[in-house]
Amino acid sequence: MSAPEAEHQAGTSHVGADRIRSVLTRLRRVDPRLYVVYVAFLLILVFFSIYLRDDGFTSSQNLLNIVKQTTPITVMAVGLVFVLSAGEIDLSIGSVVALSSLVAALTLRDHGMVLGILAGLGVGVGAGLINGFFTTVLRLPSFLVTLAMLGLIAGLARWVTDLASVAVVNERYANVFGSGSVGPVPSLLIWSAVVVALGWFLFRHTRFGAHVVATGDNTDAARVTGIRVARVKIAVLLLSGTLAALAGLLYAGRLQSATYTLGEQDLLPVIAAVVIGGTRLFGGTGSVVGALVGSLIMGMLNNGLILMGLSASGQMIAQGVILLTAISVTLREPRGS
Amino acid sequence: MAELKPLVQLDRVRKEFGAVVALEEVTLDVYPGEIVALVGDNGAGKSTLVKLIAGVHQPTSGQIVLDGEPVRLSSPSESQRHGIEVVYQDLALANSQPVYMNMFLGRELVRGPLRQLDRPRMAQETRQLLDELDIRIDSPRQTIRDLSGGQRQGVAIGRAVHWAQRLVLMDEPTAALGVQETKRVEEIILRMRDRGRAIVIVSHSLDQVFRISDRICVLRRGRQVGIRATPEVDADEIVSMITGLR
Repeated sequence: MSAPEAEHQAGTSHVGADRIRSVLTRLRRVDPRLYVVYVAFLLILVFFSIYLRDDGFTSSQNLLNIVKQTTPITVMAVGLVFVLSAGEIDLSIGSVVALSSLVAALTLRDHGMVLGILAGLGVGVGAGLINGFFTTVLRLPSFLVTLAMLGLIAGLARWVTDLASVAVVNERYANVFGSGSVGPVPSLLIWSAVVVALGWFLFRHTRFGAHVVATGDNTDAARVTGIRVARVKIAVLLLSGTLAALAGLLYAGRLQSATYTLGEQDLLPVIAAVVIGGTRLFGGTGSVVGALVGSLIMGMLNNGLILMGLSASGQMIAQGVILLTAISVTLREPRGS
Repeated sequence: MAELKPLVQLDRVRKEFGAVVALEEVTLDVYPGEIVALVGDNGAGKSTLVKLIAGVHQPTSGQIVLDGEPVRLSSPSESQRHGIEVVYQDLALANSQPVYMNMFLGRELVRGPLRQLDRPRMAQETRQLLDELDIRIDSPRQTIRDLSGGQRQGVAIGRAVHWAQRLVLMDEPTAALGVQETKRVEEIILRMRDRGRAIVIVSHSLDQVFRISDRICVLRRGRQVGIRATPEVDADEIVSMITGLR
């Protein structure tokens, strides 16, 4: 060790001791919500791998399918991590998916790919800004604002084509947002990875991310230390609206068609993925990587239950039971807080 | 104290809320390295005065003067920019965040072209500050929720000391604490004074006021009754000033 290095060591040894001590404290008081998602992921993976070993569950084709099918859920989940961490909620994401896919498909057909993408994303931006306006400027609970928007946007999605589906025939679009791949890597996998990576960086390693959790943790404290709380809340709702719109584009690309039912069933699995992944429902703590794993769990369950031959109704019941179990483990507040 | 210049001067500061006069003509100079206690009954105007200096309210008339220049403290962040920090009664900490993030709340350190949070540096600077003020916390990476009430108040005060270049305002900093913890927080406040900051403390406990303050400013029903040097008065006189009874 060179001299300056040794000096550096001496200067930071205190911090090193802190680290060790803090690791010990953390181990002692480890919050089950932070690791249960990974354990659950492994358990479910192992269970299906054994139970469905003859049904091709573990084939790379099937595992890849799970990731591909889960991509829209993952993308929405990343947005919702920010919203929940800031102490708000966005119930309108499912209907934003439908409207953005339809608007994108229609614009795509008539005005080309770039405008189609922009129009689709514009739906999410618009929804996010409206949600943000009512939540911050008019100080209404985001639960009610986004519930109203859920209905409003779902209505628009039905009205815009009068319930008709719109085919997506643009091949380049379908490649980028759905069936295509870069080399051996499916484009949907890339979308998942990029959104999760960017979301993780933004959440964990920027001042914005720190302000999001501080806002959800103690809004008054955030305000008196100079954090612009209203701006943070508008930003997270804008982010979740935009990511929901992106999920709509991805659905349209994969299915090569857009319809008003897309995303209708997604709100529950998205919330489940986020909450199982260790994000507090009432703000202050969140995890983007946890949300990814939570979303993969939802995808595995979906896929595995189909392979097990459960009927659609059986699947819904099983999902409900599993969700309840998961939530009772993850959502229980640690004692003494 | 003659050669020292006051850090903060209140010059005939008055505050009305509609027809109600909350504070009439308070004049007070606070010098570096002194603790001024603000005492008075409920409704005497202590909180209003604190909020004027904190930038939450603006005076109806009169001036707040810093370094000889009258300033307009139009918001809490404007006050902060002038080196004034407030320790609130209800702590204003984010409970699920680590100590060091609270220390830098709203003013996080970043590094690199991507402006990443510099967590190691924030933790290290927090450690140093906690050591300097002898605030006993295992690790700056502990979350606030895992700390005792006294430790939490220590963090809140530490944050104020770290950012206050001029003045720390404390509104009942020990109201929620036990005897031992109150003693420790008072020690921290005294160390803070030794670092040359000016301190204005609102307290209901006359014992505490006499233990730590250098001067006592008494308010009654929005009026400034008087300012006394702490060693030159006794509790009876202060009580009669507070109550207006002789």
